[in-house]
Amino acid sequence: MHAYVLRRVWQSAVTLVGVSILVFVILRVIPGDPAKMLLPEGAPESAVEALNRHLGLREPLWVQYGIFLRSVVRGDFGQSFQYRSPALRVVVERVPATIQLALCAMALTVLVGVSIGIVAAVRQGSAYDYAGTVLAVLGQSLPNFWLGIMLMLLFGVTLRWLPTSGFHGWQSLVLPSVTLAAFPTALVARLTRSSLLEILGQEYIRTGRAKGLGEPRVVLRHALKNATIPLLTVLGLQIGTLLGGAVITESIFAWPGMGKLVVDAIFFRDFPVVQTILILSATIFVVINLLVDLLYTVIDPRIRYG
Amino acid sequence: MSRLLRQPMIVGGGSILIAVILASALAPWIAGADPIKPAFGQRLQPPRGLGGAAAHPLGTDNLGRDILARLLYGGRISLVLAASAVALAAGAGVVVGLAAGVLGGRLDAFVMRLADVQLAFPVIMLAIAIVAVVGTSPAALVSVLALSGWVLYARTVRAAVLTIREADYVQAARTLGAGDLRVVAVHILPNTLAPILVLGSSQFATMVLLESGLSFLGLGLQPPQPSWGLMLAEGRDYLSNAWWLATVPGIAISLVVLGANLLGDGLRDLLDPRLRQ
Repeated sequence: MHAYVLRRVWQSAVTLVGVSILVFVILRVIPGDPAKMLLPEGAPESAVEALNRHLGLREPLWVQYGIFLRSVVRGDFGQSFQYRSPALRVVVERVPATIQLALCAMALTVLVGVSIGIVAAVRQGSAYDYAGTVLAVLGQSLPNFWLGIMLMLLFGVTLRWLPTSGFHGWQSLVLPSVTLAAFPTALVARLTRSSLLEILGQEYIRTGRAKGLGEPRVVLRHALKNATIPLLTVLGLQIGTLLGGAVITESIFAWPGMGKLVVDAIFFRDFPVVQTILILSATIFVVINLLVDLLYTVIDPRIRYG
Repeated sequence: MSRLLRQPMIVGGGSILIAVILASALAPWIAGADPIKPAFGQRLQPPRGLGGAAAHPLGTDNLGRDILARLLYGGRISLVLAASAVALAAGAGVVVGLAAGVLGGRLDAFVMRLADVQLAFPVIMLAIAIVAVVGTSPAALVSVLALSGWVLYARTVRAAVLTIREADYVQAARTLGAGDLRVVAVHILPNTLAPILVLGSSQFATMVLLESGLSFLGLGLQPPQPSWGLMLAEGRDYLSNAWWLATVPGIAISLVVLGANLLGDGLRDLLDPRLRQ
């Protein structure tokens, strides 16, 4: 178990170093004169030269990367020129809104997705199964930016039940969460259904039924428990989908989170903020997936001792 | 072939895709109007059947342009971009996956770490960061899309290489003196075609979504190009008085994505012996 944990932590650390290199390459190496990129347009030549020297851009590339990495580790991501304050602070202020949205979407995904999957698997071939499959296929096909707009049209513009934008109380959270959750919910429903179907055909399930266990107990205790590992894996990977989906969902609903910030920052050419968000979201993804992998060892003894 | 046609998902998905591809390809003959030139006298006309004129079956947009024409011409661009991106991603991914699997060692370790790193970023964030740096030309868009897609193929092909390499018939071929290149070309590559086909079909859906998502955000195709994502974004401002502006392109995107997803699922069921009944 020790070896497994150490290996996963080491892999995650290597991945994070890779993340920093990739961001460094995209935003600092490709654009030509990084100082010009990092400064607002029309900055005087003297400022460009000063920043070049300040950033160590006259040094060899690997020294530049060292300087970059050191400041990132210290939490210095540069100044946002859109907000004229440290980029990290600008981004961190937006994180709670995104987390709130992502948590709601994740809760919806698990509750709705797993429920649909269970019903579809237990009543395989029934109308419920069929309806669940259609819903899942739709959920994976409707682009979230369109789904969001259509929900807005129906519940905001036509019925006037829910607010269509901004951040005012729980009502504001409904439409963006549903929009964000649609795709992962569909995925989770399909996965739950297929893994449950496979498990329900196993010997030990027949044994459970033969010894007189009720169907709910067989399904929930014996079958669902064994379906948690693939489910957890997919849910962990869906963190990426949620963070990425937040970019579009937040833009549609004017939700003041990281996703909207990154789009705004791109248009303002606020590269320190873009760089911060890229590194932060990749770090969140890597850390959560590391935690998921470590959680396996708690849930599945075969991994713990294997 | 007959087995192919007995799969409802393949037939359904394939028909949807073929219909959309045909309609887009025949755009100049189907749509009578110009997709780009504004006609301010005919702004925001509703579709036919909702009070609109026969000349504009799906109505007109905020600049008086025929929505059907923009839809069909936009389809051409979206479909070509997505297909090129899938081809590029698959090509690059297969080569990298084969190289990693066959050569192994440091190259393999490097490629797999690179894949991990890339997967740590939400695709759309990475895409918009790159687009912001390299611009929004069609070539740049295809490269960004392809960049987001190669990992899947590389991992799949590499895994296939590792499994097939140990198979008895490959060992036999080696004993008979077949070199690396021959083993790859004759024995390994044909065996990876099925999963690549399945991946490619599903990924086409992802690419259409990603491209229209980028265009929707204003980071893809630029106006006045007809693009589904862009049309949706433009229609967003007219939700209360001209809902068809945003509805029509959304249906088009959903249809293509649905078709490609169905085709991918059907192909997977057909080609994966474990699922075959």
